[in-house]
Amino acid sequence: MYTEKVMQHFADPKNVGELKDANAIGEVGNAKCGDIMKIYLKIVDGIIEDISFKTFGCGAAIATSSVATELIKGKNIEDALKLSNKTVVDELGGLPPAKVHCSVLAEQAVKAAIADYYTRQGIDPSLFIKANEHDEHHCCGEGDNCSS
Amino acid sequence: MNAYFDNAATTKVSEKVIKGIQPYLTEQYGNPSSVYSLGRESAKAISEARAKVAKAINAEPNEIYFTGSGSESNNWALHSHQKIITSEFEHHAVLHVLKEPVLLPVYSDGIVKPIDLEKTLNDNPDVTLVSIMHANNEIGTIQPITELGKLCRERGVFFHTDAVQSVGNVPIDVKAMNVDLLSLSAHKFHGLKGAGALYVRKGVKLPAFIHGGAQEFGRRAGTENVAGIVGLGIAIEEAVSEIEDKNAELFKKRERIYDAIMQIPKVQLNGDLHNRLANNLNFSFEGIEGEALLLQLDMSGIAASSGSACTSGSLDPSHVLLALGLPHEIAHGSLRISMSKYTTDAEVDLLLEKLPAIVEKLRAMSPLWNG
Repeated sequence: MYTEKVMQHFADPKNVGELKDANAIGEVGNAKCGDIMKIYLKIVDGIIEDISFKTFGCGAAIATSSVATELIKGKNIEDALKLSNKTVVDELGGLPPAKVHCSVLAEQAVKAAIADYYTRQGIDPSLFIKANEHDEHHCCGEGDNCSS
Repeated sequence: MNAYFDNAATTKVSEKVIKGIQPYLTEQYGNPSSVYSLGRESAKAISEARAKVAKAINAEPNEIYFTGSGSESNNWALHSHQKIITSEFEHHAVLHVLKEPVLLPVYSDGIVKPIDLEKTLNDNPDVTLVSIMHANNEIGTIQPITELGKLCRERGVFFHTDAVQSVGNVPIDVKAMNVDLLSLSAHKFHGLKGAGALYVRKGVKLPAFIHGGAQEFGRRAGTENVAGIVGLGIAIEEAVSEIEDKNAELFKKRERIYDAIMQIPKVQLNGDLHNRLANNLNFSFEGIEGEALLLQLDMSGIAASSGSACTSGSLDPSHVLLALGLPHEIAHGSLRISMSKYTTDAEVDLLLEKLPAIVEKLRAMSPLWNG
């Protein structure tokens, strides 16, 4: 059911763990639904110098976390904010329909981390980032329109 | 090497079965309804299989109806009843049939309590059927069927048990256990997929389920799955004769697995350890999700199963584990290990060698785990 690329990222995820000198952290999802993603960023002069993640979730949740961190490492904040769930899905060569919500979580986790960075800088993140629309207590899955 | 710990899902077909069904896949292909000898041979084989199934559960041959699966048997047993008492952790082949079932609670030990059934029967005099599974498919807990059946018998209420997981693993005597209807499935005890049976006690009314020809005493039409039925007869006879020896071996393996896995921090066994099939263990590991665990195990050559939402294809984790009162995040992190007579010590070794490191690896990447 998973592509080879998903399995590669699942078996050997990149940028796993806590980033000790992170200056921004974003966490999305909830344990009840079975997936939580936490992204750590170290942003220097507007550039994502380092990034890591911790994820509780299925194979797709781990793979999308891994690929999202790879996609935005070294990018500036503006480009990182452009990361869409579709880019994550495409990079993985596709996801089963029931797992597309994991790519949405990955996009949201990146945005939540950048929002945290702005907040810490005394900047209102809502000027740059649309708030995550999804109710934290609602589990996303097949049939839910979580990607809009 | 590979290790197979998903025998509650399905089992390897036994050598005896493979050998015994050969003629019915080749030269002995006659339709059992035909009058010529090629057909009559098939009919004879079916009636021999029927006698074997009956003997295995202490029933009469004319009380055994062959079906296509355990799910079909469950559907059939329930379909003509309006008001049914069942439990929260039945198989979906029972729960999804029922429009407004009266549900008995299940507690953390995974056992339905006769006192709850007694009270519920007294409160619902219009109930016509009670359906409680013999052994649960996820946690393997064995229900007090004899007592539950007795409460029904005393009130003239029919009693059905889904024995799909227990046949061939624990002795069954439908007479002593006060059972009116019982479902079983061949592939759970080394028979073929696509062959099941429903026991219907003589005198219990059961309308036809599939209409057409006169097969199965006119109640379940369709040309018989001769090889599957012959295989069912061989498999049940073989499995029932081996129960005692097999379970003695399985208890040893289970104890080894249990002792080793309980050494992992923050792990719990789901359901009672003792009132449980000898082949089943079900654990929850804090901080990790079941599908990720299964994929990691698979990469190490180990097949098992989980009650996580991701593996069930729905948004909620297993209804069985939720019925035990487990929080969602603990239910998501469950692992079912189910063995058979073919499970080897080498397979157990592989599981115990790989599992602790996999749990540690997944926890190291989990934000819910703080070491």
